[in-house]
Amino acid sequence: MTEEIIIAGFGGQGVLSMGKILAYSGLMQGKEVSWMPAYGPEQRGGTANVTVILSDERISSPILNSYDTAIILNQQSLDKFEKTVKPGGTLIYDPYGVTKEPTRKDIKIYKINAMDTSIEMNAPKSFNMIILGGLLKIRPIVDLENVILGLKKTLPERHHKLIPMNEAALKKGMEIIG
Amino acid sequence: MTIEDIIKPENLVYKKPDLMNDRPMHYCPGCSHGVVHKLIGEVLEEMDVVEDTIGITPVGCAVFAYNYLDIDWEEAAHGRAPAMAVAIKRLRPNKLVFTYQGDGDLAAIGTAETIHACNRRDSITIIFINNGIYGMTGGQMAPTTLEGMKTATCPYGRDVKVNGHPLKITNLLKELDGTCYVTRQSVQTAAAVRKTKKAIRKAFENNLNNRGVSVVEVVSTCNSGWKMSPSMANKWMEENMFPAYPLGDLKDTTI
Amino acid sequence: MSEEIKLMKGNEAIAHAAIRCGCDGYFGYPITPQSEVLETLTEVEPWKTTGMNVLQAESEVAAINMVYGGAGTGKKVMTSSSSPGVSLKQEGISYLAGAELPALIVNVMRGGPGLGTIQPSQADYFQTVKGGGHGDYKLIALAPASVQEMADFVGLGFDLAFKYRNPAIILADGVIGQMMEKVVLPPFKPRRTDEEIVKECPWAAVGKPKNRKCNIITSLELDPAVMEKKNLHLQEKYREIEANEVRYEEIQCKDAEYLLVAFGSSARICQKAVEMARAEGIKVGLLRPITLWPFPSKVLNQFANQVKSMLCVELNAGQMVEDVRLAVNGKVKVEHFGRLGGIVYTPDEIIEAMKAKIM
Repeated sequence: MTEEIIIAGFGGQGVLSMGKILAYSGLMQGKEVSWMPAYGPEQRGGTANVTVILSDERISSPILNSYDTAIILNQQSLDKFEKTVKPGGTLIYDPYGVTKEPTRKDIKIYKINAMDTSIEMNAPKSFNMIILGGLLKIRPIVDLENVILGLKKTLPERHHKLIPMNEAALKKGMEIIG
Repeated sequence: MTIEDIIKPENLVYKKPDLMNDRPMHYCPGCSHGVVHKLIGEVLEEMDVVEDTIGITPVGCAVFAYNYLDIDWEEAAHGRAPAMAVAIKRLRPNKLVFTYQGDGDLAAIGTAETIHACNRRDSITIIFINNGIYGMTGGQMAPTTLEGMKTATCPYGRDVKVNGHPLKITNLLKELDGTCYVTRQSVQTAAAVRKTKKAIRKAFENNLNNRGVSVVEVVSTCNSGWKMSPSMANKWMEENMFPAYPLGDLKDTTI
Repeated sequence: MSEEIKLMKGNEAIAHAAIRCGCDGYFGYPITPQSEVLETLTEVEPWKTTGMNVLQAESEVAAINMVYGGAGTGKKVMTSSSSPGVSLKQEGISYLAGAELPALIVNVMRGGPGLGTIQPSQADYFQTVKGGGHGDYKLIALAPASVQEMADFVGLGFDLAFKYRNPAIILADGVIGQMMEKVVLPPFKPRRTDEEIVKECPWAAVGKPKNRKCNIITSLELDPAVMEKKNLHLQEKYREIEANEVRYEEIQCKDAEYLLVAFGSSARICQKAVEMARAEGIKVGLLRPITLWPFPSKVLNQFANQVKSMLCVELNAGQMVEDVRLAVNGKVKVEHFGRLGGIVYTPDEIIEAMKAKIM
């Protein structure tokens, strides 16, 4: 099994860290992983995207032209990456940042109101975990317990108290994706 | 009386340090470098620290200092000696690490390295020969060339409107928190030589006692570059260089 | 799962590997996309554990000269930078080569020329293998294609540098520096004691004992006859390195009719292109030079007897392709495909280029 994922949105939305947690979860599950950011000075506000590959085999290219799954968090990213999803692949998007809905018919498209939900939950920082939860509901590529382990690996110890909140967000994301 | 009658220990009035070998020096007759080399050799011998000493030679006339003093040396790229000294001192904190640099090396191409080395407090020693001219390359203008002084690249005299002012870099270095001892000396008289030797000794002691950077500037002549006889050059230095670069301790936090 | 498997960026792997392989000192200056090397080192604070020194220098120029100073005393020292910074270091690198000092330099390449871009590039190939600085000299150049190799090549680079008293360089790029992958870090190796250094490096300037001659670290010699001898000695050493240290990887080459030649991140992308092309029934293989100097010329020349044509894929305007052509010496067609200025090709672009240029 190989899952090739692009996560794209604004810098500051937690795009890179979501990818990192996913990669760590893959590591915990004993998979080969690669995490390749489009790096740059855009720490906040600019566009950010990261390619995450989880595989049972050695990963060749960390840079891809098409993806099994695209997670899209703003309009610019939708414009850029909708066409790169492989036929039969998956596109997950948050309508909050998207003005023109995706149109492809040959891929599976899921909507997740993560931004609104994170505000309702009074936990805007867990936005990306809601998205990740939604992804795992649709594409159960890693087990939830390994995501929690991945979180522990990526979060500094002083932030480990935030793990229950993140777990709740993951589960919320699994509920609300549609 | 035969030669054997004369060469007796009790008749010995002067002896160069053993560290100084018998290779003929490439320096011009009248040059100050030889005297300063000798002083370094004497001080290292008297302190008995040769086994723990690493010297760094510059690019400039003193590039070949390693041919004359029998210690371990590294030959630097132009201006980079202080950066090397910092690294060596950090990697080998028990060694006596010193650089030997001219005015072009220290105060032009190597200004950044000089200032940053002096701003850290690694205990290195900088011996700085200031003769206001590039000797090795044939007498071009140095950052410390005096106003009106003629060189190959300011043949009508240094015009400060064109070339800026003579750089009193030692005055800058004394302001930096990493320096513990900054002094300006000369070697044109026996008394001056004795003072310079004391300064070098102090600088090397600071080096081993981890007190910070010591800078010993030696205001010197370059009689070839200045196109003067050695004695004329000494006189010219006293009359022109010393007012611009007055002798004495600029800073000593070790007292 | 073994605890030793970690997930980290290539730049972080360089830092951790340096600490573990007994490095004595790192001297560097921040520049994107390699700043994580210095950041990681200052976060881990190895001076508290292994005693390794870490210093942020005032410039890349100072950093390489700190390396020169430290290497002259026999210490295991390194620096890292990215393209514009490595240009600044070239004088020091030439001095290291001239004085025959072992040291490790890391270049995490970005696009140029000039200030260029911070995005990945492989346009410093010429600078790395054809000189870079002044004079006739060579660097042992290792091109990692994974985070694992970033870690492994630190130790290997130092080993080769000390074996031949010659600076070694790891030539990576923004992709390999910034991507995270699984890595098994090398086991901890203690730093050498001063006694061990004197034994291994009898040439080092460490302070002269009474019973030996002065050790003088220099590249200067004004007598042309002596300088020519010194150069001939260097050339002899380079021939020895060429004979012993060529490294490369063959991927699906056995039955290949076409050959891609690529190093570093490009080789990873080409590997995917090979998989995709083979799925289409095209018999293509990939030869990945691991040492860019010494270059795997012989094996390329042999493949020229087997394949119909070759495509050299590199993130530049055509640099390594010249060495591939020299190696092949006209036996088969060798073409180049590259992207410039920080654009990285995708696997399907490579297949397209292959079909257009060499099939």
